[in-house]
Amino acid sequence: MNILFDERLDGELVHRDKAEVMSDLQSAIPSLTLLHREEDLRPFECDGLAAYRVLPMLVALPETLEQVRELLKRCHALSVPVVTRGAGTGLSGGALPLEQGVLLVMSRFNQILKVDPDARLARVQPGVRNLAISEAAAPYGLYYAPDPSSQIACSIGGNVAENAGGVHCLKYGLTVHNVMRVDVLTIEGEHMTLGSEALDAPGFDLLALMNGSEGMLGVVTEITVKLLPKPETAKVLMASFDDIEKAGRAVGDIIAAGIIPGGLEMMDKLAIKAAEDFIKAGYPVEAEAILLCELDGVEADVDDDCDTVRRVLEQAGATDIQQARDEAERAKFWAGRKNAFPAVGRMSPDYYCMDGTIPRRELPRVLKGIAALSEQSGLLVANVFHAGDGNMHPLILFDANKEGQLALAEDVGGKILELCVAAGGSITGEHGVGREKINQMCSQFQADEISVFHALKAAFDPQRLLNPGKNIPTLARCAEFGAMHVHNNELPHPELPRF
Amino acid sequence: MTELAINATDQDIAADLCEQVRSAYAERTPLRIVAGDTRAFYGRPVEGKALNIAAHSGIVSYDPVELVVTARAGTRLSALNAALAEHHQMLAFEPPIFSDASTIGGAVATGLSGPRRPWAGAARDFVLGTRIITQEGKLLRFGGEVMKNVAGYDLSRLMVGAQGTLGVLADISFKVLPTPTASHSLRLAMGLEDALSELSKLGRQPLPITAAAWHAGELFIRLEGGASSVNATKERLGGEALPADFWQQLRDHQHGFFTLGEGQALWRLSLPPHTPPLALDIAEDDIFYDWGGSQRWVKTHLDADSLRLACQAAGGHATCYTPHTKGGAESPFTPLNSVVEKYHRNLKTELDAHGIFNPGRLYAAF
Repeated sequence: MNILFDERLDGELVHRDKAEVMSDLQSAIPSLTLLHREEDLRPFECDGLAAYRVLPMLVALPETLEQVRELLKRCHALSVPVVTRGAGTGLSGGALPLEQGVLLVMSRFNQILKVDPDARLARVQPGVRNLAISEAAAPYGLYYAPDPSSQIACSIGGNVAENAGGVHCLKYGLTVHNVMRVDVLTIEGEHMTLGSEALDAPGFDLLALMNGSEGMLGVVTEITVKLLPKPETAKVLMASFDDIEKAGRAVGDIIAAGIIPGGLEMMDKLAIKAAEDFIKAGYPVEAEAILLCELDGVEADVDDDCDTVRRVLEQAGATDIQQARDEAERAKFWAGRKNAFPAVGRMSPDYYCMDGTIPRRELPRVLKGIAALSEQSGLLVANVFHAGDGNMHPLILFDANKEGQLALAEDVGGKILELCVAAGGSITGEHGVGREKINQMCSQFQADEISVFHALKAAFDPQRLLNPGKNIPTLARCAEFGAMHVHNNELPHPELPRF
Repeated sequence: MTELAINATDQDIAADLCEQVRSAYAERTPLRIVAGDTRAFYGRPVEGKALNIAAHSGIVSYDPVELVVTARAGTRLSALNAALAEHHQMLAFEPPIFSDASTIGGAVATGLSGPRRPWAGAARDFVLGTRIITQEGKLLRFGGEVMKNVAGYDLSRLMVGAQGTLGVLADISFKVLPTPTASHSLRLAMGLEDALSELSKLGRQPLPITAAAWHAGELFIRLEGGASSVNATKERLGGEALPADFWQQLRDHQHGFFTLGEGQALWRLSLPPHTPPLALDIAEDDIFYDWGGSQRWVKTHLDADSLRLACQAAGGHATCYTPHTKGGAESPFTPLNSVVEKYHRNLKTELDAHGIFNPGRLYAAF
């Protein structure tokens, strides 16, 4: 497996004796909870990408910002890497620990500091769960829009680190569009406020840069998010298709009709069956694909839009169209979709979830490519698709207990992402690169572009102590593993050794 | 993909621009990046050899169904807006157009947004990807033409508002949105305090408001969305009809308010929503509240420090729109605190080691 940190490829780390680091941190910050015994470290060995596990050297569980600041200062002085973690629900191994590193767990910072209904803002600590923000805002008729499927458990700090999405992104944006301000500690322990409660701040847009930077530029210690008024109503239509390409075209037709749905999701036959077996959402198991189209806003407009969408779906060849009759049925329709991953998980001992994005028009071609990969490999692939914003989640079914199947699933996954890149898309829409997609970064970006990313990292963390090995591959790694862009038939950086 | 009307003047001169940057880098010649040159007033003057982007123009691709358009930086905003309007789409952040020569490169480099900003988002929210010319004269792609893309650092958004100090914008991909089917603008006679509290109340409800301003005893509101909700809200709010071009005049500073008195400078105060009127010695008529009160245009003789202290105390900042040569502040942008400035300098050093890109445009130090 090439995914774990490999100093030959990912850069050398300073090796410190665990006892030495521990005694340094204990004497500098006596009040800090520091875990060091193997049985205490074990629960932190992976995040939501459980196939990859590494025991960290130490786990720090700070409760005050002063402790975080001191921890960063000491780690900086000792050149010890720091991997920051929130709830640990990330799907790309962004919080995968390092054997030579400290795992900085921010989950004890779990306070909602302020909900300001007039300014429509909430100021929260990074360990607050995504859904808890909406719950706190609900009494004022407000909510926080980004809703990753893990929103019951995932924390907002991790959402910022990964620029998390959800099923409502086309209309309401990703995390970056909904965060007003973050407070950050640098690796040297300096405090910065980026963004503002006003709608902009002077200087470079470091706030945008911090979103999705996977804990590699700083540690987020406080977040101010934008709250939106809850739409007056939300209605959902479910359309069945006997052909997945027709469903794909229907998505374009809805947008072409000038409608931006709150949510627009597609599932293929295998995903429909899995969800129906698990949730009994009332999905048509005979259909080749379904579309869930949610329209939200002011009641009168939503009714008009429902009529338009219904007409568009009929013309696009839907074999059946149902509108959820009430809130309970609407919740049921969504429950099938939101539980698609665990539902697929019941069908197979293991599954591997991909996160590529494509221009929607490329959907038929990419789906055909995925079907071909599935056939070649013998692994089933279920497709769940944020159709409105072109974000695909193919789920590759495999059995890790069978010799070679994990490697095969990784191989199929990597090829699916390369299909997405070739179609003009991206290897990740919302889960992040983390450790998981580190090699595929080399197919999306040229060596020169990756060098710019390294320059940017150097501006904040020249010693590469914050989450080393994630998000941006080294050129050595690309030379070794990546399907690196060969530009004008010149191999980039011929001077690099190839392992 | 839609057939694009090829404009005879459209051309791709990226290779030539890269060459000019390469020689500037080699010779350490500062460059003044320019296209329409309609935003020179915004920021500090730059001494340097002109790098003219204007000829690098034209829409590279536009697929209305994908809600994505890619255009070269020298494309005029008016041309892009016209192409989008043919498909009933728009740049939802309503970039100001200070003259017909205004380009999308200038719009993104300055990062300015129009009246719809608090409801729809800012320029940076709609930038999906860019092609950037780096200090070494390489043309590199960041972001892309898809709605969601979290691979690598978000270089594209970092470029928005950086005024060309970190690289040269060559091509830009935007998310576009459908033009609302119904629109109605209205004016209501109302005092300032009542207007601010009304806006706060309205803001908590799901109403189709896409612009709100107050000046000289009148609250101005734009409603956009489906016909049903616009009509219902129009009935509810009442007031008199307001000509639709009011918002464009406000956006482009053509409104009569923007005529300065002798010795006055124009300032933009950016403040948290519902900040009460600041305790500053400025006549009420010399303040124009836009963005529901978050963006306040001010005509004043007051010095930079007094304005900035008051804004800072309220959690905001102040920008001077009148050039120093015409009596404006020497530092148009609010100075950064020392830690934030340190990382600005580091970034500048990494991405522009010889200081060739618009040196001093944002701050004298870089």
